[in-house]
Amino acid sequence: MPANGAPIFAPWDDPNAKPLIRFENVTKRFGDFTAIDNLTLDIYEREFFALLGPSGCGKTTMMRMLAGFETPTEGKIYIGGQDMGPIAPNQRPVNMMFQSYALFPHLSVYENIAFGLRRDGKSKDEIANRVEEMLRMVRLQKFAKRKPHQISGGQRQRVALARSLAKQPKLLLLDEPLGALDAKLREDTQFELMDIQEKTGTTFVIVTHDQEEAMTVASRIAVMDEGKVMQIATPDRIYEFPENAYVADFIGDVNLIEGRSTAVSDGQVTIEWAEGQQPITAKTQRNITAGQKVFYAIRPEKVTISPDRPEDAVNVAQGKILDIAYLGNLSTYHVQLPNGQVIKSQMANTRRISRRPYTWEDQVWVSWTTTGGSVLED
Amino acid sequence: MKRFSWFNLTSLTLGFAFLYLPMLILVIYSFNESKLVTVWAGFSTKWYGELMQNEAFLDAAWVTLRVAVISSTLATVLGTMAAHVMVRGGRFFGRTLFSGMIYAPLVMPEVITGLSLLLLFIGIGLDRGVVTIVLAHTTFAMCYVSVVVSSRLVSFDKSLEEAALDLGCTPFQAFRLVTLPIIMPAVVSGWLLAFTLSLDDLVIASFTAGPSATTLPIKIFSSVRLGVSPEINALSTIMISIVAIGVITASIISKRNIARAEADARAAERT
Repeated sequence: MPANGAPIFAPWDDPNAKPLIRFENVTKRFGDFTAIDNLTLDIYEREFFALLGPSGCGKTTMMRMLAGFETPTEGKIYIGGQDMGPIAPNQRPVNMMFQSYALFPHLSVYENIAFGLRRDGKSKDEIANRVEEMLRMVRLQKFAKRKPHQISGGQRQRVALARSLAKQPKLLLLDEPLGALDAKLREDTQFELMDIQEKTGTTFVIVTHDQEEAMTVASRIAVMDEGKVMQIATPDRIYEFPENAYVADFIGDVNLIEGRSTAVSDGQVTIEWAEGQQPITAKTQRNITAGQKVFYAIRPEKVTISPDRPEDAVNVAQGKILDIAYLGNLSTYHVQLPNGQVIKSQMANTRRISRRPYTWEDQVWVSWTTTGGSVLED
Repeated sequence: MKRFSWFNLTSLTLGFAFLYLPMLILVIYSFNESKLVTVWAGFSTKWYGELMQNEAFLDAAWVTLRVAVISSTLATVLGTMAAHVMVRGGRFFGRTLFSGMIYAPLVMPEVITGLSLLLLFIGIGLDRGVVTIVLAHTTFAMCYVSVVVSSRLVSFDKSLEEAALDLGCTPFQAFRLVTLPIIMPAVVSGWLLAFTLSLDDLVIASFTAGPSATTLPIKIFSSVRLGVSPEINALSTIMISIVAIGVITASIISKRNIARAEADARAAERT
């Protein structure tokens, strides 16, 4: 973190900052099914906010309520301090990029981008200038006259983005915008999206089920499950300091160890977790009482594997290698402890594979520090 | 390529003969010199000439055309609106009943539709003529249009309409600027269906037509009862050619569209 220079963008830490979007005790029910359950959430201007969760967690419903296609059953949604309840979709300062892109098939690329501007009754020159600007931004000047079915998938995606940004909305909603693209193009487009977001200064809210995508693009992520927000934080905090077992498990790979706290003393807990295993010592900010059931979550890359017992390690266990997943730059080792528990350890392959010191069935030691993992309440 | 077997050839010949032999005979005899329909006496186009002199037939043709154009247009507007409400209107009270009622005339015997309309027109004291035939045809063609259009709307990507709303359209603008242009082919085929239904309807028209206006099918039917005249053969030949030209044009246009779509798809892949 820079000690001086540009201030870090973190309006959510500023108690005086006014949110652009506020969900206030919003509940949405479809018949008996509760899609959103009493949700309160603030999103600030210029944020790139990601709603992340498995399908059916309510993230798309939240986005559709922002756009005005669904109305909350209970609670209120404010955009720029204004209650959106009575405001129709076409009156909102919000534009949406649809998952299917929803390009108008009977209109050319140019007319698709101009569509929203024409509805605002802008002058011919104004429309032409703005559309040109948008086409330049997404590098599609050559394709202005084509119809949507005459361009490739990636180009369609860029047309959809240009169309939704043409009206300079306060808020842009992106519904799984990269779902239809192949992996390589996806990655490029993620960076392009971040670039465009920064340049235009628009607030972006993206819905995605792809955690890597959310981690890459977002300033903050809301991890959702069954209509509830499980955690809202910056990507690094979500990854390093998950608040509950659901988030720890959903984001990235994790070793989840169930245990019981025994001794608690200033920010340090001891966790009994298996017969015959040395208890885990871990630092925590949480108020854990002795005897409480807890989960200990530690990422595989924070677990070190070694052929001999490391001298200085606080948390250590011995086991044998059950499986090795070779990922090229990394290898993940599945180490089975005598009690059957498998601990995953991930190591960078800094040497060629033929020089690797371990193989299947080898007895090894896994170890980790007191600050490496998180203690989570049940 | 498979060789053309005798079996295939025979079934093809028989099938086409079954379908088109009656019409072929009708067309041939329309060029018959003789007044007797069953005796061939040499080639002539005189019946076509006489047809053009026959005021009663020409009047009936004119009435039929006007009725078909007006009623199919009205039916298309109403049927499209009904389809849009049924597919897009969401769930409202009595929706199932309404959609059932829209489609009921499809299975209703025409005699009953005709009779009930006749009773209605007499009841409200409406003189039977062009207006009543138009009303009757609109009523029964509307449900056909609604079936054709709603089958298109069901497969229509709803997010296109939402995108239009999102970009600032009122619901009506969204329909006019996005939905309608995209479902236009279905609307046009609905119109064509309504048009042909109206053109060849005999039963309902005979209930609702009055002395002031007779449609062509009624005219033909009543003249045939007095004996088939070569004039009617000539008239039928003209009608067959109009329909044939229409069908051939439509299929050429759709073939061209398919070829263009394929070319576009190839072009999109290259870029």
